[in-house]
Amino acid sequence: MRIGFFIHEAVRALTKNAVPSFAAMATVLVTVLVLGVFIPVVQATTGAANEVRSRVIADVYLQPRVTDAEIAKVRGIIADETPHVARVEFIPKEKAIAAERKAGRGEYYDLLGANPLPDTLRVYPDQPDNITKIRNALAPLSPSGGRTVIDPAIDEVRNREEDTNKILSATRVVKITMALLAVLLCVASILLIANTIRLSLYARRREVEVMKLVGATDWFIRWPFVLEGVLVGAIGGVMAILLLGVVKIALVDPLAAEFALIAAPDTINFGVLIAVLLGASVGVSAIGSGLSLRRFLRV
Amino acid sequence: MQGFLPARQSTLGTLSHAMAATDNRPRRTAPTPRRSVLPPPVDGAIVDLRSVTKRYSKVDVGVEDVTFAVQPGEFVFIVGASGSGKSTLVRLLIKEYDPTFGSITVAGHDLGSIPRSKVPYYRRNVGVIFQDFKLLPSRTVHDNVAYALQVTGGKRREIREKVPDILRLTGLSTKLHNFPDQLSGGEQQRVSVARAFVNHPQLLLADEPTGNLDPETSIGIMQLLYRINRTGTTVIVATHDKAMVDRMRRRVIELASGRVIRDEAGGGYST
Repeated sequence: MRIGFFIHEAVRALTKNAVPSFAAMATVLVTVLVLGVFIPVVQATTGAANEVRSRVIADVYLQPRVTDAEIAKVRGIIADETPHVARVEFIPKEKAIAAERKAGRGEYYDLLGANPLPDTLRVYPDQPDNITKIRNALAPLSPSGGRTVIDPAIDEVRNREEDTNKILSATRVVKITMALLAVLLCVASILLIANTIRLSLYARRREVEVMKLVGATDWFIRWPFVLEGVLVGAIGGVMAILLLGVVKIALVDPLAAEFALIAAPDTINFGVLIAVLLGASVGVSAIGSGLSLRRFLRV
Repeated sequence: MQGFLPARQSTLGTLSHAMAATDNRPRRTAPTPRRSVLPPPVDGAIVDLRSVTKRYSKVDVGVEDVTFAVQPGEFVFIVGASGSGKSTLVRLLIKEYDPTFGSITVAGHDLGSIPRSKVPYYRRNVGVIFQDFKLLPSRTVHDNVAYALQVTGGKRREIREKVPDILRLTGLSTKLHNFPDQLSGGEQQRVSVARAFVNHPQLLLADEPTGNLDPETSIGIMQLLYRINRTGTTVIVATHDKAMVDRMRRRVIELASGRVIRDEAGGGYST
């Protein structure tokens, strides 16, 4: 009876207050949409970058046309004279290209006609943190800011961390932008819902007065307004989630088969994502209605 | 008429229950008596005001040092010119305001010791009627009256039983599904009386109930209040309707500039 009464009152207010309710609903929809895209994208990119970084190795690329003697010499330098090296693995260019072919990228190399990959000495550190020391030992920083190599047979020394740092700094920009956007949209949603509730309060101030007069408790007066706000948020949230679901089924799932990044294992489960988004939309709208009730409904 | 009595007793039961829960709570706003000693309480009174003063600001006085008691079942007029403090008194009695000094006791319970969260439960035992009716324009006569029950957690069955009853008493049986703007002023005030009385309160307050009505219609409303009074409900009417007061010859409390200048049983509007 009571819950029925509250819901009835809330729906009644919503239909009377259609335009501001719709505006608030649309804002919640956009907010949830942005959050719904933002959360998995950030997770996928950081997840992928971290995965690469966790495999801590340094690759020592050798000059083209190095002789076996030179290779043995460099390998000796690395294995015996460089500190913190656990082991060294030699990857000849034939093996490197075979790995590429195995990964399905063979046709690109076929186009080139020759193997562009260098012979590589893959260096594993004793501790992941020491990878930078190894790199500095093999390719010390020169005063001019570039790097020199300790042996002419070495072309370049790279550790994967450097690559992942580039990815991470790129994703950081994306992350900050999207987080900012999400925060702004959340604030806009809260304010618009607060405004909707304020208008509803204004339209029903007489009703509130009568309720107080006949002895309605404070929360009895407040509930319909809270419900109204939450309903606005929930409807916006559900619509956004439906949209996300459609996009996921129509676009992301078919692509996931081909792009590793989308299928990244760290991405949030869609069910959990729905729960989080629904929670966020209801939470945001509850805050919005609470704001108005505190300011404008002194029961 | 007799049908009201058991219901009234049950209302009394809920009142004492609600109050029992509040009595041992600490006072939130202890009224500071201006004098060290308040007048002694009056035994058995349903409304007991002792040295009640309400000031809106230093210079703006609502009521000043008002002391009077009303016995259960009484019918009391509070008269006085505009601004003499009649409405302030009504608002003090429904605890919309707290007195600046003095104490107000209704049905044996000190209003000053009712915490804010319990005020709604207190109000359910006091019916109030206003000059401007305060009806909800978007609801029918039936729903306006039923609203008072819904809001206080009334069951569907209770509403089905009580609302037609009270509308019959107030002579609105044929207007059940009309909206307030389809009714005359007198009929609207009857709806407002029905709403105030549907919970069968012990005390019915009316603030200028006939202020917007013509003399003929006013008589009808007063007769209705009188009938309600006959069921045992205490009725306090704040009014400046001279003809009405002179005609009814009930107890009259006259206010001027917030002070009681006359308290006379069976009096007229003026001496």
